[in-house]
Amino acid sequence: MTIKPKEAQIASTSSAITQGRPGPDFCLKTTPDQVVTLREFRGRPVVLVFYPADFSPVCGDEMTLFNEVLPEFDRFNAQVLGISVDNVWCHLAFSKDRRLRFPLLSDFHPKGDIAYLYGVYRDEDGVAERALFVIDSKGIVHWSYISPIGVNPGANGVLAALESLSMGDEQYEEIKK
Amino acid sequence: MTMRTMTDAGMDVTVKPELTLPVNSKRDHCLGPDDAPVTLLEYGDYECPFCGRAYVIIKRLQEYFGEQLRFAYRNFPLTQVHPNAQQAAEAAEAAGAQGMFWEMHDMLYENQDALDLPSLREYALVLELDMDRFDMEMMTQAHAQRVREDFMSGVRSGVNGTPTFYLNSLRFDGSWGGTRLMTTIEELIEGNGRRRNTPRRRRR
Repeated sequence: MTIKPKEAQIASTSSAITQGRPGPDFCLKTTPDQVVTLREFRGRPVVLVFYPADFSPVCGDEMTLFNEVLPEFDRFNAQVLGISVDNVWCHLAFSKDRRLRFPLLSDFHPKGDIAYLYGVYRDEDGVAERALFVIDSKGIVHWSYISPIGVNPGANGVLAALESLSMGDEQYEEIKK
Repeated sequence: MTMRTMTDAGMDVTVKPELTLPVNSKRDHCLGPDDAPVTLLEYGDYECPFCGRAYVIIKRLQEYFGEQLRFAYRNFPLTQVHPNAQQAAEAAEAAGAQGMFWEMHDMLYENQDALDLPSLREYALVLELDMDRFDMEMMTQAHAQRVREDFMSGVRSGVNGTPTFYLNSLRFDGSWGGTRLMTTIEELIEGNGRRRNTPRRRRR
């Protein structure tokens, strides 16, 4: 397990991996016998949604919102992945309860390792920040954002990032021609 | 709070929790005068228990502030967790098409545990709506597009759950259950619709 330096505690809101850098690969359980890697989504954008914990006490929580906006992400062929430090059994129950149609990944053991790699682990309370990453089809971080822990960031930032990404791709195709 | 990042293309993507589709009484269901100093907009879901609680609070706020406050409502049904939310929203819009939006709105929030189709029909009957038209519009989902438009306008404005409130186009992130919402509206009225730059002492 990676040793978490003290600075991470202080600068937890400014250490998220920024655009232009590769998104660290991971291999995390999504069910007791299935794993998901970042690598397997090469060729399409990935939306990584780090969140503190399953079963937030409000019904319109972040995961529910992303679930509802899923058709919009589909328009960009983007894969949404939720990540928290909860274990797979908890994820299964949460996923069933909220009827989630995207995978939840368990950053459970070693606890918070992937959140830490992305610079969004909260050492002070042992959970991930409310952080969003849009990773492009080549695995490079295109956009990232950390929301204050108590504020659900909503989906507009991700949609705007996906839009700019698809626009960039089109421009890129134009140049290649 | 402002999200600001530079993308690869050097494009500036600024995403503020600010209303992208301004409240317009021609489009939106509004209660209160157009020139009220404060407009409170709710994105709500008829099947959401939190919205049910907020419904009562809004009523009180409307009573308290009178003509000083304009209240507007847009649909934000969370259809995966609330199986009847979409049809309830469409029923409200169908009633709205017959000039009875707020009557249906109240009916739905006062009967949140019964939002199945037969119940919705019953409410329409009580409100003496033209039932042929109501049934037809519900069957053909005539108002689904409008509900979707409401929903997407919310998503693009940073709606992050239900209920989400906007005060004069800015998302209200405080707790709405206590007195915060009321004192913020008061401050806005006193500041003629603009939030004060300098903090002032709260009245107790």
